[in-house]
Amino acid sequence: MKKIEAIIKPFKLDEVKDALDKLGIHGLTVTEVRGYGRQKGHVEAYRGIEYQVQFNAKVKLEVVVPDNLAEKAVDLIRNTANTGNIGDGKIFISDLQGVVRIRTGESGDAAI
Amino acid sequence: MRKNISFLVLALFLTIVALPLTAVAEDAPAPAPVSDPSGASIGGAADVIGATTGAPTKEDMASMSEKEPLATKLADVVGHNRISINMVWTLVCGFLVMFMQAGFALAETGFTRAKNAGHTMAMNMMIYGIGMLGYWICGFAFQMGGVGGVASLGGAGALANEFSITIGGKDFGLFGTTGFFLSGVSYDAVIFTLFLFQMVFMDTTATIPTGSMAERWTFKSFVVFGFFISMITYPLYANWVWGGGWLSCLGKYFGLGHGTVDFAGSSVVHMTGGVSALAGAICLGPRLGKFREDGTPNALPGHHIPMAILGCFILAFGWFGFNAGSSLSGTDLRIGVIATNTMLASASGAFCSMMYMWMFYGKPDISMAANGLLAGLVAITAPCAFVNSVSAVIIGAIAGVLLCISVFFVERTLKIDDPVGAISVHGVNGAWGLLSVGLFADGTYGDALNGITGGVTGLFYGDGGQLMAQIAGVVTNFVFVFVLMFIFFKVSNLIVPMRVKPEHELEGLDQHEVAVTAYPDFVLQKTHR
Repeated sequence: MKKIEAIIKPFKLDEVKDALDKLGIHGLTVTEVRGYGRQKGHVEAYRGIEYQVQFNAKVKLEVVVPDNLAEKAVDLIRNTANTGNIGDGKIFISDLQGVVRIRTGESGDAAI
Repeated sequence: MRKNISFLVLALFLTIVALPLTAVAEDAPAPAPVSDPSGASIGGAADVIGATTGAPTKEDMASMSEKEPLATKLADVVGHNRISINMVWTLVCGFLVMFMQAGFALAETGFTRAKNAGHTMAMNMMIYGIGMLGYWICGFAFQMGGVGGVASLGGAGALANEFSITIGGKDFGLFGTTGFFLSGVSYDAVIFTLFLFQMVFMDTTATIPTGSMAERWTFKSFVVFGFFISMITYPLYANWVWGGGWLSCLGKYFGLGHGTVDFAGSSVVHMTGGVSALAGAICLGPRLGKFREDGTPNALPGHHIPMAILGCFILAFGWFGFNAGSSLSGTDLRIGVIATNTMLASASGAFCSMMYMWMFYGKPDISMAANGLLAGLVAITAPCAFVNSVSAVIIGAIAGVLLCISVFFVERTLKIDDPVGAISVHGVNGAWGLLSVGLFADGTYGDALNGITGGVTGLFYGDGGQLMAQIAGVVTNFVFVFVLMFIFFKVSNLIVPMRVKPEHELEGLDQHEVAVTAYPDFVLQKTHR
């Protein structure tokens, strides 16, 4: 099992979700986050004074997939969330020790 | 806490002591005015005389009363109806102005930060109550106690006692002395109506400094301020212009036009509020983090721009009551011109400040454009009844540009922190509005105002004297209000500290000053610096 965490532009969320759904991945968790990478925030102006907004608003989605789907899912997210511009985000992939479904007590791939 | 209460009690005590003193001044030989709490006898045949160009004269009425008794009785009813229309108009407009409190609350809170939203709202809400009580105690009496009646409302003759000093055989009225606690002879339907209308104007003044002093002012000090400005500062200057005081007599005594003319309160309401806001912001100092060590300002963006814009729209709506209602008469059809001038000036004010920001700062800054809308409204408040539409647009346009220049001057040169731009919107443009009467008034309206025949006429239409009277008003307002409020803030600061503790300011005033946070369900995070 792999856990995929993707930081993407907020307006790309629906597209990514639909694509994952088509791939057969039917569960994901979304968090509104703020951060910066190479994009380094942006400049806004209020009453004639410019100021740096350091942390840009992004969406973090977390999805857990069986090993055989991991590569496909990562590619899918990358392709769907890509606009070609700086600030498109990042994908983090990690091994996952286990999953338990709270209601039934199932574990492993069955619990995904 | 005990100190604060004793301060308030002292203020109350002094007022009550002042009552019998002023009673001496009330021993006038004139026949005692009859007050009418029920309002049944207000308005009659006498109010028909001169109502329109074709209305019967006094002589007509006298001769008719013998020949046609029924017509006389009908004239009585017509007169009552006429006064009723005026009174309903005045009340409804007063309700509109009262709603401006909501506009101020939203505008100021939207332009400040989320961690202080509850505190800013609380000040705007409580100034309504605090100011009203102070005004009821003595503010109204000081302001209107010597106005000598309001013809369009068919009465208020009991308000006929002005404390004056006599210099060179001329009486210079300083403050009125009838109407404390709205009691005694002031228990009268007309006087109550007048109180309501004047009270909401005073409250507008009182709520202006809460904007420039937001996000760092202790609530205790604010409460003391609320009583002071409603009981002393506002009523005195208002008396001089509106209550029959000395500024309104400059025309009668020195030939300066109609004396200081301020139709709906550019100076009386807005400049008084703006100058108080200036004195307060100076005494209070800037918010933590507003200025860098080298003195350049940081942006501290408001937390809710849609809220602020809604507030500005509510203010613009209430302003129709503010300006058109100041005729105190729904049968004076100049109200059509007044309301339209008011709209036009707000439009050009918003447009010009938008263009100014666009040209010099790259984007049409919405918060400055909203301030520009208000600046146009503030500026047109004094001249709205006396100018034509082109002048109204020009006055608003200048106000919009003046606002932008003033905001940057206050912040970058004077280094004064004014979170919502109250000093520039109300102070600077209040002064500009008062002056503009002396420039643009076209002489078509204002006959018999302040006892001078002929319309109010400005410099561009041939009367430089009116401009002199307006300058006298501006100078008087600035010197009197600034000095009085500066001393008040400095002295009151010794008894009730104005500034919150730095750690409270950093955490937000909501939890420390007013016990409740405005947005408890949200994590408030700063994403800029």
